[in-house]
Order: sequence, then C-alpha cells, then structure tokens
Amino acid sequence: MAKIRGTIVVDIERCKGCEVCVVNCPTKTIALAKEVNSKGYHYAYEAVDDTCIGCANCAMVCPDGVITVYKKRL
Amino acid sequence: MKRELRLMKGNEAIAEAAIRAGCDGYFGYPITPQSEILEYLMEEKPHERTGMVVLQAESEVAAINMVYGGAGCGKKVMTSSSSPGISLKQEGLSYIAGAELPCLVVNIVRGGPGLGTIQPAQSDYFQAVKGGGHGDYKLLVLAPASVQEMADFVELGFELAFKYRNPVMILSDGIIGQMMEKVYLNPQKERSSENLEWATTGKPAGSERTIITSLELDSAKQEVFNQKLIDKYREMERSEVRVEEFQTEDADYLLVSYGSSARICQRAVDLARAEGLKVGLIRLITLFPFPKKRLEELAGSVKGMMAVEMSAGQMVEDVMLSVCGKVPVVHFGRMGGIIPTPEEVIENLKTKIIGG
Amino acid sequence: MSESFDKKSMIDEANLAYKKSEVMTENVLSYCPGCGHGTAHRLIAEVIEEGDLQDKTIGVCPVGCSVLMYNSLDIDMQQAAHGRAPAVATAVKRLMPEKFVFTYQGDGDLAAIGTAETLHACNRGENFLIVFINNAIYGMTGGQMAPTTLPGMRSSTSPHGRDTILMGNPLKMTELVAKLPGTYFVTRQSVHTPAAVRKTKKALRKAVEYQQQSKGTCFIEIVSNCPSGWKMTALQSNEWMEENMFPFYPLGDIKVPEE
Repeated sequence: MAKIRGTIVVDIERCKGCEVCVVNCPTKTIALAKEVNSKGYHYAYEAVDDTCIGCANCAMVCPDGVITVYKKRL
Repeated sequence: MKRELRLMKGNEAIAEAAIRAGCDGYFGYPITPQSEILEYLMEEKPHERTGMVVLQAESEVAAINMVYGGAGCGKKVMTSSSSPGISLKQEGLSYIAGAELPCLVVNIVRGGPGLGTIQPAQSDYFQAVKGGGHGDYKLLVLAPASVQEMADFVELGFELAFKYRNPVMILSDGIIGQMMEKVYLNPQKERSSENLEWATTGKPAGSERTIITSLELDSAKQEVFNQKLIDKYREMERSEVRVEEFQTEDADYLLVSYGSSARICQRAVDLARAEGLKVGLIRLITLFPFPKKRLEELAGSVKGMMAVEMSAGQMVEDVMLSVCGKVPVVHFGRMGGIIPTPEEVIENLKTKIIGG
Repeated sequence: MSESFDKKSMIDEANLAYKKSEVMTENVLSYCPGCGHGTAHRLIAEVIEEGDLQDKTIGVCPVGCSVLMYNSLDIDMQQAAHGRAPAVATAVKRLMPEKFVFTYQGDGDLAAIGTAETLHACNRGENFLIVFINNAIYGMTGGQMAPTTLPGMRSSTSPHGRDTILMGNPLKMTELVAKLPGTYFVTRQSVHTPAAVRKTKKALRKAVEYQQQSKGTCFIEIVSNCPSGWKMTALQSNEWMEENMFPFYPLGDIKVPEE
C-alpha cells in the first residue's frame, strides 16, 4: 500500500491560537508555537515532522481558515 | 401623453398609480384608513399586469424591512400605512436612510397619540419632517391635497427617491385617502430591468461586491457619512421646494397650510376676499424641504401669518423659524379627527391676527 | 524512510488537499479565537464556490456578532436591522427569484427580536435558506441571556443561572419551524469537529439544491460555542457544548423531504 504524506501551511499572522486544530489532528502533528504572532497569539504549526497524513481535519475545523493542506501519495 | 380619466378614492389612486409607475414591489399591512391600497392591489393582480410583487406582511415592521430588502436590490418598492403603523416603521426608515436606499412610504394620517382615532388628522408632521426614527436623517415629504396629487406624487416620489437615494414619504390623511374625485392616470410605464451599480444583484465575476449597510464603526468615517447626508438634504432644499400660492400678491394676511387643510383654506380665502379682507394662501407641497425662503420673502409683504393644520401646532413651528419674528405667526387647528370649516378659519384669523 | 521525502516540494498546487475558499475575502474574521461563526462562514463560502453561485448569491446578515459577515464573504450582501433578516430576504428573493438568497442569524436575532419575521417567512415557505447560529448567548453585547440559554446556565443577565420560573424557558426554534408547512428541510448541526463540519456542509449543499428547485424554506441550525461569553477556552467550550447543549438541542435532521 502506498504511503500517504501530507503537510500544512499555517497563515501565522491570521491564526488566533484557539487549538481546535490541535485536538482534531488524528496524528497529533500540530501544536501551538512557543512564539507568538504580531497579535500575541501562540500560532499553530506542524510540530512533528513526518506524521501529517494530509487529512485536512485541521483545516476543516479552523474557524479562521488559516490552514492550507497538501497531500501526496509516495 | 393620453391620460385615462377615472373616478377613484385617494387610496385607490395611489395603488393604481403605483402599478402604472412601474413599481416593482409593494409590502403592506392593513390599518384604517389606508387598507384600500393593499386591497386594491390584491384585487388588481399586478403580478399579472406588470409582474409587480404585492405582499401582505405579518406586521408594519416586516413590511418596511421588505422594502429595505427590495430597495437594496435597486427595485422600485413602497409601503403604506397610517399613523400607528408608520410609528412601527421608523426603525426601518432609519436603516433605509442610513443605507441610502430609495423607497416610497405613504402615510394616510389618523389622529393620535396611541391608537387615537381612525378619523383624519395632520398630527404626524413632526414625525415625517424631522426624521422620525433615530439618528440624523430626513425624509423628503410630499403633501398631496387632491386625489389627482395622490396619483401624481407616486411617480414623482419614486423619481425623487432614486434621484437622492433617500426615502420619500407621501404625507396624506384620511380625508384624501377616503374621498373620491376624478383623477387623470398616466399610461402604464414599463418596469425597469436596469441593474444599478450600488444595488445587490449578485456580484458579477471580476467586479467588487456590493454591501448594503448602515453600519460604520469608525467615527471619523461615520461623521463624513453624516455630512454627506446633510449635503444631500441641503441640495433638496435648493432644488426640490414645491409650493402653490393663491392670491399672495396683494395679501395682507397669509394662511400657511398643506394637504386637506389647504383645501379648506382655499375656500376661506374666497370667503375672506368677499368680505374685503386681503387674505392669501401658501399651500406647501413639500414639507421637507420646507419653503423657508419663500415664507421669509412673504414675511416682508404681509402683516401676519396663520398656520392652519389639523394638529396641536406642528408645522407652525417651522413657519416661525422661517420668518424669524418678522411678522406675528399664529396657529389654528382642530384635533382628534375634527375637520375645521372655512368659516372657523376666517374667524380665527380675525381674532388671532387681524383684531389682535 | 523519509530520506527521499522533501516536505517543501509538496507545497505545490498539484498536491493541494485543502485551501480556504476563494469566496472568502482576505479580511481577518472579527470573531474570538475558536468561535464557530468562522467555520460556518467558510462552509457557506465553500458551498457557494462549489455551486458556482458567487454571482447569483445575495446574503442577508443580522445584528449581533455576525453583523460584519459581509467583510468575510466575497458576495453581495445586505445588513438587516435586528431580527428583520427574514423580511429583508423575503423581498430580495421575491424580487430577484433567480438568485440564491440566504440569511445568517444568531439566537437573539432569530429567536427573540426576530421571532415573528422568522416564523412568518418559514410559514409562507419563502424560498431562501436560513442559517441559524445558536450559541445560547448574546455574544456581541457581552454575554447576556439569550432565548436559547439553557436552564441553569449562567450569563451576565442570569448571573445565578437561568431560572426558568423567573426568566422563562429556552426556545427550540428549529423544532418549531419544522412544524410549519412552508419549511422543506430543517436540520440541526454543529461545526466543532471534522465529522460535524462534513455533515453541516452536506446539509448546506442539500439546502442550496432545494432552493434552486424552489421547494420552500430551508432552515439549518448550527449549535455553536461562545468561548468569550461562556468564559471558557475554545476547547473547554466545545466540550461544554457536547455535554450540555447537545442533550437539549440534539443534532440531526428534524424535517427531511420525502424522497
């Protein structure tokens, strides 16, 4: 079976750090950054390098639409 | 232009004129003494005649907000009601003025306050000309004095509403609404199919979206907008004042009146002249804009003015403001649905001004 | 295992799995972190985009937190007076029958001040979609009791919890409108998990389809959260919603067309 790999791009400046994506990530790939964006929010980022499966659950529940998801069959 | 001659009630004339003016939508709610407008429209099936939408709303509040929605699409839309119902529409009117939308609102005034009486009155003058709802805004107010003008002012009202993108009110009363007179009706106008650039008609690909709103959270921008409205009202004052004068050229005393009271005053002028009294009449056709300048001019040639209106004295305040104390201004009015007679008008003129 | 895998190279249109809808503008949403309004907006935008309806849509937004919805969606919109969106939309749809028309209203707007407009539009079977966001509180004005506030629930105007004897009962508008002959499709959904989002989107797609067939009023309630008004974090609010809101406002279809 081909392995599916994914990655996300977070629009850091628009992220409000609500964490809804974090708990909805099935592979526990996403976390909130220690750093903050210019508004002062700890933004979401892909914390684990190779676990994203590109399922887009995070983007689907993101209230601010800041996550873009890419996915590839290797 | 061939006009059709009919004998009609004022309310019916408004309804028929609306269909013929190419009105796109009417949204109303029953209330005496204006229900014939909605009844006539339902009877006439304008959806078959012109495609005009007519809907009996669940309340006056809903009706005026339907007008907001239709006007926001750039359509020629109107509503009508009588005093208590017009009070309910004030929120909607404020939003319509704030969103700069054109529409026509007819008030067939009855006596108040509260539920008051179903008999005619002119006691909604302040509400009509001073804004009515919250915030700094004005309606352009037309005051018909005949069934003919009820019909004519529908088309004029729409024209002015679209010219200024501002709500226009026809401020009539139960006398004109209910009385029958001959009326010449304009031929049918086609409904417009034009998509206006400020209206919500669906955002075309590659162009900016349209937003209809009266909300502005930035105070500086809101003030600029308020100034824009003021400029619009000043322009109305320059260009849209309409009056009709009767024997004002040599008048010593001037009656100032509008609507059905003005017709009574017209008779009073004839009676007074027969007695040798030089009385004239200025009939206001636009109540906002108010004919300040003309009244100021007339204050230079008459000895006094009497405002005649079926109210406790509302228009009289604007007459006083216009003449700035140059000549005495008094008020005569009946209330509660009582209609003054021409004789009463002369008697009051004599006791309040001539003899005084 | 990942030596041959370059993550950066994946970031390419060809590998795109999810991107915010083009029907959303670039404006930052005016909602608090974690608020379901944003997700609901995005789903509406996605359905408009997928249905190629951008030039055919006229939306009506309410007074409340979503008063500025027109800043987020790249479509023609009208902002209605508090509670009056269904009256506004009635005229819009009747005068522009070829358009897709929807209202977007909160619980205060739809279930308190606008109850009459909502019920009568639904009863007439006006051909537009009503999206009803129920978070059981007045968010915009600072967390006051809403018509849908749960019994016992605290708000700034029910600081000791909603006492139904003193303050009345919560109103289940969705069950109410489902009883009216004019409604065609009535459902209650949420947007706090991926599965819920998928269901809500499916409901929106259906509603759009029914609108295009002029079947009557479609009504989609979205039970949502209000982290600020409920005085919780976003995650706590979603948990609280599952535990407290869903038992009272159960999710699922309430009125579905007979196929």
